[in-house]
Amino acid sequence: MSTSPTTGSRGPTGPGHPVPKAKMSKRKKAKISRGIQYGILLVIVIAIIAVADWPTLIDTFGRVDIAVSMFPEVITKALKNTVIFTALGFVLGLIVAIVLALMRLSSVGIYRWISFAYIEFFRGLPALVVFLVMGFGLPVAFQGFNLPQLVIIMIALALVSSAYMAETIRAGIQAVPQGQVEAARSLGMSSSRAMFTIVLPQAMRIILPPLTNELILLTKDSSLAYILGSSVDGRELAALGRAEIVNSANLTPFIVIAVCYLIITIPLSYLSRVLERKYGSAEPGVK
Amino acid sequence: MISTADKTPIISIKNLKKSFGSNQVLTDINLEVDKGEVVCVVGPSGSGKSTMLRCINTLETPTGGSIVVDGMDMTDLDLDIDAARTRIGMVFQSFNLFGHLTVRENLTVAQIKVLGRSKAEADKVAEANLAKVGLSEKIDAKPASLSGGQQQRVAIARALSMDPDVMLFDEPTSALDPETVGDVLQVMRNLAEAGMTMVVVTHEMEFARQVADRVLFMDGGYVVESGPAREVIGNPQEQRTKDFLARVLNPGQLG
Repeated sequence: MSTSPTTGSRGPTGPGHPVPKAKMSKRKKAKISRGIQYGILLVIVIAIIAVADWPTLIDTFGRVDIAVSMFPEVITKALKNTVIFTALGFVLGLIVAIVLALMRLSSVGIYRWISFAYIEFFRGLPALVVFLVMGFGLPVAFQGFNLPQLVIIMIALALVSSAYMAETIRAGIQAVPQGQVEAARSLGMSSSRAMFTIVLPQAMRIILPPLTNELILLTKDSSLAYILGSSVDGRELAALGRAEIVNSANLTPFIVIAVCYLIITIPLSYLSRVLERKYGSAEPGVK
Repeated sequence: MISTADKTPIISIKNLKKSFGSNQVLTDINLEVDKGEVVCVVGPSGSGKSTMLRCINTLETPTGGSIVVDGMDMTDLDLDIDAARTRIGMVFQSFNLFGHLTVRENLTVAQIKVLGRSKAEADKVAEANLAKVGLSEKIDAKPASLSGGQQQRVAIARALSMDPDVMLFDEPTSALDPETVGDVLQVMRNLAEAGMTMVVVTHEMEFARQVADRVLFMDGGYVVESGPAREVIGNPQEQRTKDFLARVLNPGQLG
């Protein structure tokens, strides 16, 4: 598009002519470009350091005494509760998701429709809304609905995660080549036996990395349990963080909580990458 | 092995029709295969030969006509199709070995779960069949570590482990590197000599000429010509057969 006469005149003028030397070589240009990028970063860092009110910042977010006072409860209770909520929600969600995925692929139309509606519904809702409805709506609607807090949290997390996981599992099942099913059926396996013996094990390898990601998302979603309120022993990280912020009138607990979440999520994302390397490239079935 | 006394064919296909939507891919196919007979089905791609083969164990549901295998009416909706299929071995163009299982497990999983054999018994059958295809040393390998030819031989052994009465081969060498084709054909040749009833969809004319008792030439969903291998391949009567054979046997020449 930019073949203007001026640029044209600087280009090669004909066969046999030496390539005209640009004013600056590509290498020199790249060097200057890199220098500018480093420069911008440096300016931004210096500006932040200079502008920020460090004493106030440290006083608000970095009070070591407050951080220390949160231990060991933040680990022994809050972190533990977050892990328990997430694990229970994930296991229930995974079971529901497998059922939904199989329904989605069922030959019975109404099952496909129900599964489709469920997935669209719960994928479309913010997790917060699901928690509010589960925690406050249902007990009002059904007066006898008096489930333990833990069960409500588990169901809410399962509702949220199962919709996403169902789609992942469905995609995983469909990624297993049709030839695998045909081979299994030709050996006399029924379609459900072929599904459970041949297809699902191979689908699971394909979906292990995305499922690990779902576990990370769910860990963060478990923080919504705080809106349901809880006993002191039932607090997970977010609830404990809020309580401590109110107690200490300081924001340092946020930092502690953030670190605790990272303690859970960073190993998981590392695991996800390892699994991806191990299974991600593996051909499902063999060509 | 061909018993002249037993006059009932083991496979009997009558007026088989198959269409996908409005697209009729098989029209009035008739075929009878006797016990121990080897029938090769040849023809251009899209002629319906693979579909015909897949109708025999109803991986494709026939639209019309009847298929009787070993006395079982395959088109009967109340037939226990899973039980029927255990007696019909099938080998696929793309092998379709179970990638998450070892060779041993590939050979035993259906024996144990479908036929209800004990693990020890299934192992014994698997080992015997793996020896037949010359791959005993690969019993603990994963399919992905095998060459295409080796995978196809394992796939043959897997089908044989169910002790089928009939073996169906769907272009078993079409996806193979040329240097591994010979090993697979040799295994099939041994199988034919041992008296297995085989229906083979193939492009290997040399194999058809040497091993087949009968050759079926299909085109456009019809059986155009059928007869003893030597006659159909050596002295075809129909123009379409002649054209096809000229193209396949002399692929370098035009016309």
